[in-house]
Amino acid sequence: MQQQNKLATFEEAVLPHLDAAYNLARWLTRNDTDAEDVVQEAFLRAFKFFSGFHGEDGRSWLLSIVRNTSYTWMQRNRSPELSVPVDDELHEIESKDLNPEALLVQRADTLMVRQALEELPVEFREVLVLRELEEMSYREIASITDLPLGTVMSRLARGRKRLQLALTNHMHAEVLS
Amino acid sequence: MSCQKAQELIHGYLDGELDLARSVEVEQHMHECEICARAYRSQTTLRSSLKNDSLYYAAPDKLKKRVQASLRKEAKSGMLPQGLGWRWLTVGASLAFMLLIGVVVWRLVPTSIGPSGDELLAQEIVSNHVRSLQLENHRIDVISEDPHTVKPWFDGKVDFAPPVKDFDNQGFHLYGGRLEYLKNRPVATLIYQRRLHYINLFIWPAEQAGSRGEVTLQRQGYNLIHWTSSGMNYWAISDLNSVELQEFARLVQEGQ
Repeated sequence: MQQQNKLATFEEAVLPHLDAAYNLARWLTRNDTDAEDVVQEAFLRAFKFFSGFHGEDGRSWLLSIVRNTSYTWMQRNRSPELSVPVDDELHEIESKDLNPEALLVQRADTLMVRQALEELPVEFREVLVLRELEEMSYREIASITDLPLGTVMSRLARGRKRLQLALTNHMHAEVLS
Repeated sequence: MSCQKAQELIHGYLDGELDLARSVEVEQHMHECEICARAYRSQTTLRSSLKNDSLYYAAPDKLKKRVQASLRKEAKSGMLPQGLGWRWLTVGASLAFMLLIGVVVWRLVPTSIGPSGDELLAQEIVSNHVRSLQLENHRIDVISEDPHTVKPWFDGKVDFAPPVKDFDNQGFHLYGGRLEYLKNRPVATLIYQRRLHYINLFIWPAEQAGSRGEVTLQRQGYNLIHWTSSGMNYWAISDLNSVELQEFARLVQEGQ
């Protein structure tokens, strides 16, 4: 009975964020089947730890579990992505990024954006997905990724620079071909 | 403001995350610096490229069904270990009540034979064990597999230093500790895990010095072993089979 009540409360508070969970898992694992497995596992974990949740923000709480589950999955599958840690000491934008040639002057098409975002290192991809697709605040992103607020901004800055560079390169290549 | 700093801050500006003073500084810089102004415009174009619903992966319908099914299964299996339900708790409660009556009768009629103090304690320990498996928050106060974290945690919470050892090599994994009250006194409780079985080990100082050999009991399907050594009482309880629980008891005794 107690478990049934817990399940009902859990489904009401957490299940509405299934799309957000899948979106994040899908962008992190870059694969449909893996994302589904990760989401299922994350929901089971969330259910287990539900008594530790005090009704603040179901989406952020669930997404931090989805993120952890995705990283565990990537470690288990020895994803090469996790082998290169991002150097957050270098908060400054590198001067080569200031190159005015790499500026986006027109909207890129969906396919191109999807591919470029998928190819970003996971540390940049996750903050961009949370910010641009999930429309979360820096504070929420910081709590999900366990990063300081300043690092959230610098990762977004560097991620967007890289994305912009990738897109302009694509566009130049298209013009030339 | 340097261009390098500005080009980081335009992101906070774009996201509406800067305070007013900072926003004004960034605006002023972009007013004076065409390079940064263009970088900002490029970022707004990038943002509009990302504002595209088809980039968002919505969960497939079958996933929702799958998640719900697995949650229901989990909720069912998590009811209580080995299908112990409320019925068993009421059985436990009425047993305890009968024992209580027994004690009263025993006290009133000194010559008759009633349950010993150990029997009452065994009941208390069984209820304690069941409750610890039922309530996730109650199961554990300090989660650590490191004896040097668990042992100091008891400092100031109990008036004795419980011996804490990990027997991971022997397949008994230290899981953590918590504080319990048994016989109206604080008792150190260590939680060990063997495969999927939890073992609660209750430790508190004995009233009399000296040692008492192992006594094994079975109550409500649980195995219990208790003994006294080096002036401490030990009670171990688990749904683990009695052979393995005895092995555990031996390790604890040797480890002291």
